[in-house]
Amino acid sequence: MSVQVVLPGVLADLAGGSKHLDVEPAGTTLADLLDELAARHPLLGRRIRDETGQVRRFVNVYVDGDDVRFTQGLATEVRDGAEVQVLPSVAGG
Amino acid sequence: MTDLLAIGTRKGLWLARSDDDRRTWTVDGPHLLAQEVAAVSVDTRRERPRVLAGIQYGHWGPTVMWSDDLGASWQETDHGAIRFPEDTGAALARVWQLRPDTDDRPDVVWAGCEPHSLWRSADGGCTFDLVRGLWDHPHRPTWEPGGGGGAVHTVLPDAASDRVTIAMSTGGVYVSEDRGDSWEPRSRGISAVFMPDPMPEYGQCVHKVAVDAGGPQRMYAQNHFGVFRTDDSGGSWTSIAEGLPVDFGFPIVTSPHAPGTAWVVPLVADMQRVPPDGRLRVHRTRDAGESWSEVGTGLPDRAWTAVMRDAMCADDRDPTGIYVGTRDGCVYASADEGETFSLVADHLPDVLAVRAVRLP
Repeated sequence: MSVQVVLPGVLADLAGGSKHLDVEPAGTTLADLLDELAARHPLLGRRIRDETGQVRRFVNVYVDGDDVRFTQGLATEVRDGAEVQVLPSVAGG
Repeated sequence: MTDLLAIGTRKGLWLARSDDDRRTWTVDGPHLLAQEVAAVSVDTRRERPRVLAGIQYGHWGPTVMWSDDLGASWQETDHGAIRFPEDTGAALARVWQLRPDTDDRPDVVWAGCEPHSLWRSADGGCTFDLVRGLWDHPHRPTWEPGGGGGAVHTVLPDAASDRVTIAMSTGGVYVSEDRGDSWEPRSRGISAVFMPDPMPEYGQCVHKVAVDAGGPQRMYAQNHFGVFRTDDSGGSWTSIAEGLPVDFGFPIVTSPHAPGTAWVVPLVADMQRVPPDGRLRVHRTRDAGESWSEVGTGLPDRAWTAVMRDAMCADDRDPTGIYVGTRDGCVYASADEGETFSLVADHLPDVLAVRAVRLP
């Protein structure tokens, strides 16, 4: 199974400069996908999730366009061919 | 000889240098732009000075970064320099303090963090281990977060023994005599006006603690209301606030050379937190707090701002240099022990931390 991860430009350097990554997770959930992503790119993994595994407060993750905070969170199913987008939330000042 | 002043702000780090005995400064930056730098330290024990920065990426979380080329490049540990062990269920929220240990422990660096935790690095700040003795202390669940969050913000390793002193908001002062394995509160005499018992054994909101040049048994504390001194390593504290215009503030800094000499920046409290009448001034004692003098010619008269707990520091020169950074982005330097100040930088983001060293 292969999933495309779309990163914001500010994180692309942590993934070898690419904003689009093809990732093959070991399982079918978002947590599995992020585990695989972190194994390949540890710094990128830490930007997205803290050490407890939770997605950081001001990071939004969309699976096929749906914000996972309003679906099943890290347990959200990620199908073969899905697009997972990581975006910074509207925050700061 | 170059004097280096590291300036951590809410949106990056600046490095100021002086090559003329601290008369004029050249400011270089921003480094780490858009990242909050709440803790900064320059470790001069290494062959090449290492700038350590406790940063917060904003959206992307906190970590420790370091530069061995004075800001030209920055490094960080892939998996995070500071990571709570899985069994704690905790996540790092902010690095509040980075403190290199003494010269005979050249690779040891301490970090005070939020949530309340102390960390020790044995590799110069690349990776840290949680000090379990403090994390497992039965008092820890009672340490409430202050307005800025609950954190260990002061770490004072003793050069001549295994003693480590820390201060927390809230929590108060705790001391370990065995490099962190066990801890006991040493806050008796420091007030806590926000608690039912205003003189508790622990739980105080101590804003900063500094060690006297005459020896580690004498320390000073700027408290959330009150300035205090201990002469017995925290066994008991007595007020030394008489003579100050107000007794609130965040930083307290001691001379590296002159016993009995310390500086504070009084702020009107509790809700205003600005200098009295808007006059930003430093107050200095030469007699361990028995008396205070207002100093600081050159500091502004209309400064409705504040100085955070790590935004004042001393260098190790003689006469001692004093450095003050404000929440409105100004940094002032004094080369004469606080008598007179000149502007180093202005229009920076909120200044959160300053540290001054001499470069070899």
